[in-house]
Amino acid sequence: MSALSQKHMLGLEFTPKSDIERVLETAFSFREVLDRPVKKVPTLQGKTLVNLFFEPSTRTRLSFELAEKRLSADTLNFSASASSLSKGETLRDTIQNIEAMKIDLAIIRHNTPGAAYQLSQYVDAVVINAGDGTHEHPTQALLDMMSIKEEFGHIDGLKIAIIGDIAHSRVALSNIYGLRTMGAEVTVCGPPTFIPPFIEELGVNVSYHLDEILPEMDVINVLRIQKERMQTALIPSLREYRALYGITRERLSGLDKELTIMHPGPLNRGVEIDSDVADSEHSIILHQVLNGVAVRMSLLYLLLGGQEAKGGANA
Amino acid sequence: MLNTKQLTGKLLLKDGQVYLPNSSKIEKRDLLLENGILKGMEKSIEVSDGMEVMDCSDRIISPGFTDIHVHFREPGQENKETLKSGTEAAVAGGFTTVCCMPNTEPPIDTQESVRFIRQRQEELLAEIYPVAAATKGRKGKELTEYGEIAAAGAVGFSDDGAPIATGQVMRKALEYAKIVDKPVIQHAEDLSLKADGLMHESKVSTALGLPGAPAISETTMVYRDIQIAEYVGARLHIQHVSTAGAVELIRAAKERGVKVTAEVTPHHLMLTDEAVRTFDTSTKVNPPLRSRKDVDALRKGVADGTIDAIATDHAPHAIEEKEQTFDLAPPGMIGLESALGVVVKALVDSKITDLQTVLERLVVSPRQVMQLPLDFYTLDNSANLTILNPEEEWVFRREHVHSRSANSPFYGSQLEGRVKAVIHRSQLITSE
Ligand SMILES: [Zn+2]
Repeated sequence: MSALSQKHMLGLEFTPKSDIERVLETAFSFREVLDRPVKKVPTLQGKTLVNLFFEPSTRTRLSFELAEKRLSADTLNFSASASSLSKGETLRDTIQNIEAMKIDLAIIRHNTPGAAYQLSQYVDAVVINAGDGTHEHPTQALLDMMSIKEEFGHIDGLKIAIIGDIAHSRVALSNIYGLRTMGAEVTVCGPPTFIPPFIEELGVNVSYHLDEILPEMDVINVLRIQKERMQTALIPSLREYRALYGITRERLSGLDKELTIMHPGPLNRGVEIDSDVADSEHSIILHQVLNGVAVRMSLLYLLLGGQEAKGGANA
Repeated sequence: MLNTKQLTGKLLLKDGQVYLPNSSKIEKRDLLLENGILKGMEKSIEVSDGMEVMDCSDRIISPGFTDIHVHFREPGQENKETLKSGTEAAVAGGFTTVCCMPNTEPPIDTQESVRFIRQRQEELLAEIYPVAAATKGRKGKELTEYGEIAAAGAVGFSDDGAPIATGQVMRKALEYAKIVDKPVIQHAEDLSLKADGLMHESKVSTALGLPGAPAISETTMVYRDIQIAEYVGARLHIQHVSTAGAVELIRAAKERGVKVTAEVTPHHLMLTDEAVRTFDTSTKVNPPLRSRKDVDALRKGVADGTIDAIATDHAPHAIEEKEQTFDLAPPGMIGLESALGVVVKALVDSKITDLQTVLERLVVSPRQVMQLPLDFYTLDNSANLTILNPEEEWVFRREHVHSRSANSPFYGSQLEGRVKAVIHRSQLITSE
């Protein structure tokens, strides 16, 4: 039984604050494990996990695999691009084959919104959404929140901007849902072609003018700009994008405060963010990577029955 | 299971409330049938020797319903539906006449393919009229042979599944269809505005991360087509209207005398885009389920006659196709068996309009749109009746479906109003 209020982690839209707090709290105790000389605990010994990656995602996959190894779980890996699945083979067929192997927990990454939710309808195993298209990527948002909490000690009351291609991001929605639940004020900023219609109805501020909002912010989360968006006429050029929305040293030095800078990676240096900013002391991008492992350990542990917030670290 | 019984001898349908299309009233009448032929319809008919009596005291008797928009998948995709299974589903839902769409494989775009459908009449439970493709191969470029195709029995021309995209081809289609005085039937959707949209563009699509098709992808096309139809003076029928904006455009066009008609599906009258939150691929339809505001406008449009017909857009798909992720699943849901229960619940139970109006949109105006004979209760003709209980509340389940496909989001839903029997071609057909 899950130690959270939910069986699966499919997204943060309906995840209560108490669950988020519990995941973060437990993640901080797992961070201590990661700092030990022997970074492995027997917590999930005897549990079988499968990583279902229907689209490539090296960073997320490595982070999950590392979290699984640190907790001593047995793991299977399945990767295929969704398009290479033979025609007529349904998501359900794939799932049933895998479930026949008696898996305790499945981590799924898929390019279509809803895939993780659909999977949870078909299988008994616990399901973690590792990114379903442009819908949710809850573990990324949890690690982002952990990194903010590490930096500020709290999340509520902070002003946080998510900057860039909100509409095609797998990070933005989970961040919006999670940060709002935790009491932050969220602003999305980018060209209108990157802002999904009706997003204000999710309770965020919308701005098309980066320089107007930056002085207000405590944290900016900078999203990766995919170069193919130029071909679909969403932006006229990367050069203009950098001029209007790029996070540059000049832009930040005009502010009378220091912003905390985040990026889910991988970076397009010189487009959405300049190297000297990404590598500066105000960037917490590398903390995000380490916290990613701790958050995923926490989530695996809690969903597979861990009870005490500190139990994981001491097990 | 459908039960069919050949009617022999005299059958008296006693004490039923009968829907009378000409006066749009529901009044008590007794109907006498002999070998399935209507022999009498009076306020009261005495029971005499040798008469079988069917007590209809809690029943409404109506002329058989007509659905002007179904997909029966034959030829080409008989695993999803055949003319036989499709007409069984139709009759189970109270429809004794259907118009089937041409997006089969190959498409119905020649007089031979129209005849192939028409010639199957006798072996099927329902009357079936094909709508032929408006352009060859439904490719949107060259017109099909409207004259010969109409002579072979097609009732209209449509590239349904896709719009007639270019204004020039739409103009030629409307002009040329004047020869045969048949409607050009448009699936109104600007594909470039729809882009990669998988559901209605709204707060819900944004929250789910699913690409949206905005309401304007429908309204801009409806606006264009009404302008062309008005300009050339031809008959335009707009399929499965889904937006408040389109309802307004059609209402205004009708007021100024444009020959435009429209239909709406039961699911667009009942469900909003919120239904997609389940990621149930049965909720993926084209046009998509829209907002509450759109649903309200569609309901009003049915009530005031802006929307002529209720048509199911019955779109069967195989289980394995629908059990895919939302982007790969084909759009469409089945709708024949649940239609009455859904529309009575959406329109009568919610006090939008009365049962007479609902029956009008299921019986009379669909036939007017397609210019089918308006021969209701004709003495000495084969009786063509749908017998229903408008107040029966029932839960729609998989076993109520006679289609070869099962893609419906209504399983487990409480519906109101249920078809109890159909009398057609001297057969009494029940589905219990
Ligand atoms: Zn259709």
